[in-house]
Amino acid sequence: MFSRSVASSFLRQAARPAAAASRAPLSAFRAPVAPLTPFQIRLLSDTTRTAIDKAIASAPVVLFMKGTPETPQCGFSRAVIQILGIQGVSPEKFAAFNVLEDPELRAGIKEYSDWPTIPQLYVDKQFVGGCDILVSMHQNGDLQKLFEEQKVLVEGEEGEKKE
Amino acid sequence: MYRRYALGFSNVSRQLSTMSSTSATPLEDAIRAKLTAALSPITLEIYNDSHLHSHHKAMQGVTSKETHFRLVIISDSFAAKMQPARHRMIYALLRDEMAQEGGIHALQLRTLTPDEEKRQQKKKAAEAATKEAAKETEKAESKTEPTEA
Repeated sequence: MFSRSVASSFLRQAARPAAAASRAPLSAFRAPVAPLTPFQIRLLSDTTRTAIDKAIASAPVVLFMKGTPETPQCGFSRAVIQILGIQGVSPEKFAAFNVLEDPELRAGIKEYSDWPTIPQLYVDKQFVGGCDILVSMHQNGDLQKLFEEQKVLVEGEEGEKKE
Repeated sequence: MYRRYALGFSNVSRQLSTMSSTSATPLEDAIRAKLTAALSPITLEIYNDSHLHSHHKAMQGVTSKETHFRLVIISDSFAAKMQPARHRMIYALLRDEMAQEGGIHALQLRTLTPDEEKRQQKKKAAEAATKEAAKETEKAESKTEPTEA
């Protein structure tokens, strides 16, 4: 019960990457977050871990960021969203989670990843890195290779049909 | 009357003495000391970018002038380690500085081995050379075109 209510607040996808931003349903990240009861907070350590496990498994490409893809609240999160847009990550294969919506997620993801800063990118449940690592992987071609291997990019023809 | 003056004066001198004994950049000093000791870096550049971010929402009410840092670290300690592992080394060394209230809010990292640095320099030089060459041919072409026309 509790894990579900907490998980659902984490699992709510913040939105889509820049490419499909305008088409993303706005209501998806405007749902109210229920405040935690003291009982829930006491259970949180395990609960948070489970919720993050689920969040990371919710899509092939998962970004933990400050703000939403449409309105990032931090320059480093914005830079990563732009990179994912340029790479052409498919909106269907992407999920973003806004750590500013949930203090437990914000603290929890740092411990979970053993990584003290936001944003954080996961691909196929594997931690890839933060902003600096993604920028350099974008520049040296490693990120494109990774995305191609994982088949998470928008196919050229499909993308055109949708337009 | 005299007594009050004397007290005031001693206060001032105490302030001056604390100012001279404590650094204006305690976090930068800590970063330099810890990374130098642990990694013996060949290059350690520390840039304080805090002023670029002081107007951000997250920085409201923060008085520290040391919130955003950018580091360039070239060290043999990074050899045979992937980038995330290298960044984690730095984060672990600076755990206290990042966790403390009013501590480091953002840390940009460039972590290279000396070999990687050399290779990047070479690549840059090569790219600059090709660009220069392209410019030259462009110039030459634009010069020849009008005469042909």
